[in-house]
Amino acid sequence: MRAIAAVALNTFREAIRDRVLYLILAVALAVVGGSRFVAMLTVGSEVKIVKDLGLAAVSIFGLLIAVFVGVSLVSKEIERRTVFTLLAQPVARWQFIAGKYAGLLLVLAANVVLVGGAVLAAVALMGESPLALVPAIVLILVELSVVAAFSVLFSSFTNPILAAVGTVAVYVAGHLSWSFDLLRKRVATAAARTLCDVLHAVLPNLDRLDVKADAVHGVAIPAGTFAAAAAYGAFYAIAVVVLACIVFERREFA
Amino acid sequence: MPPVIEIRNLRKSFRGHLGIGSHLAVDDLSLSVQPGEIYGLLGPNGAGKTTTLKMLLGLVRPDAGTVTLFGRPPRDVAARRRLGFLPENPYFYDYLTAVEFLDLYGRLHGLDAGERRGRIDRAIERVGLKGREKTPLRKFSKGMVQRVGLAQAIQHDPELVILDEPMSGLDPVGRREVRDLILTLKAQGKTIFFSSHILQDAEMVCDRVAILFKGKLRAVGRLDDLMSPEAKWVEVTVKGSVPSGIGGERRENPDGSTLLVLPGFDALAPAVAAITAAGGTIAGVWPRRESLEDLFLREIGRAQVEERVS
Repeated sequence: MRAIAAVALNTFREAIRDRVLYLILAVALAVVGGSRFVAMLTVGSEVKIVKDLGLAAVSIFGLLIAVFVGVSLVSKEIERRTVFTLLAQPVARWQFIAGKYAGLLLVLAANVVLVGGAVLAAVALMGESPLALVPAIVLILVELSVVAAFSVLFSSFTNPILAAVGTVAVYVAGHLSWSFDLLRKRVATAAARTLCDVLHAVLPNLDRLDVKADAVHGVAIPAGTFAAAAAYGAFYAIAVVVLACIVFERREFA
Repeated sequence: MPPVIEIRNLRKSFRGHLGIGSHLAVDDLSLSVQPGEIYGLLGPNGAGKTTTLKMLLGLVRPDAGTVTLFGRPPRDVAARRRLGFLPENPYFYDYLTAVEFLDLYGRLHGLDAGERRGRIDRAIERVGLKGREKTPLRKFSKGMVQRVGLAQAIQHDPELVILDEPMSGLDPVGRREVRDLILTLKAQGKTIFFSSHILQDAEMVCDRVAILFKGKLRAVGRLDDLMSPEAKWVEVTVKGSVPSGIGGERRENPDGSTLLVLPGFDALAPAVAAITAAGGTIAGVWPRRESLEDLFLREIGRAQVEERVS
């Protein structure tokens, strides 16, 4: 556990000493702050616009961090050969991957707390209770943890560019997983139908973690739905991290 | 006592670009390192030294053969707990300060906060980085990175220290300090296994050496056994004329004197007599024994001849 914590702390430290993170964070906070002005220019409920833009900012800028920090997390260590010294220590390879992932989760959690906190404050300042947004923000973090798991998985065996492409592809497909069900009804061959079934079953159903629209419209999210969605995301992320550990275990560092 | 490192019939090849062809990096290598000795793995660039060290650390899987550290496989965390490692041309997390860097490695070894503080101070002092504790590693010179890497390798007081080319990139003072550090570690009962192509340094510190060439072990043993302790030739510096009847090789020194290289001690007395009779002065006599470099070049030369013949 100590080894995982040490690797996680180092990963967190690396990210918070990178200016790109602050740039992403600044733009995210600017979007949340600016949403008030956008709301003034549009017809309709101003507070709804602030909630909409604010939650989108938490999600999109979190996604940027999950992808851009995550995809080079392992490959950079190999490319710069820092992994040689690290794995010569009493650290099992799975602990290294788990530590890297935990460090990235810490960065994502800090980002969600800061940007999400700014959204809640903005809504509260407009005189409305922001508490209904909290489950949506928590599920955004769960969704980001799934995306981060994929970026660590891809980073453990390929270069950052391919890892970024793969992670974004999974994110997009994860939000369109319902379409495989739809597609299944339209394709003629059995093989294509099986493929649709496999993709539907294997790819993460990220829409299950997206309750932003309900939260913005003030629709209460049932506790059971929330807990089931959070558990689904957490188990999915753990499964992907386990896969990353298996892949990394087999790697050679020539 | 059981060996600290035991390598048996180790073999490793790498696939070529796009999986075409293969390159044999280490071929049937066997050696063992005993507790408390300084063991040098020597060879030219591309000899297979780093690949051997990587197999020793579990970073690369052998195609055949076995490697054990303290009787355990290198992937066993318990075995790695007892070693310290410095890679070749180290590159560390440059966003960390020297103290943060050493603290990370102390944590990985499970040291508690108080223990880490004391050990970091001692290690920093030992490698001569006092006063640079708060400097980020990105501002360190190559030599300073090497020093902080050494501090990392020894701070947890390991029984075995593995160093990959520890002298490369260092100035003469730095090399001397690394040699002294290696000797101090030996005096503390540690085992040191290092790779190098700087033979002078290896000759000064090693108890035993193994010479690798193109992945194959060419020579292994104690330096005294590998190199004859007796003088192989005698060098004589002569001022004034050197009679023509004396054998041996002659070279003109820049100061006008002559360097006479005699094949052995037997030739010395007649040569001295002839020189003094001819009015020359003996300015110096140096018996020369084979150096590690001579041995190294001889073994490499032999390997190249064998290769051509086959």
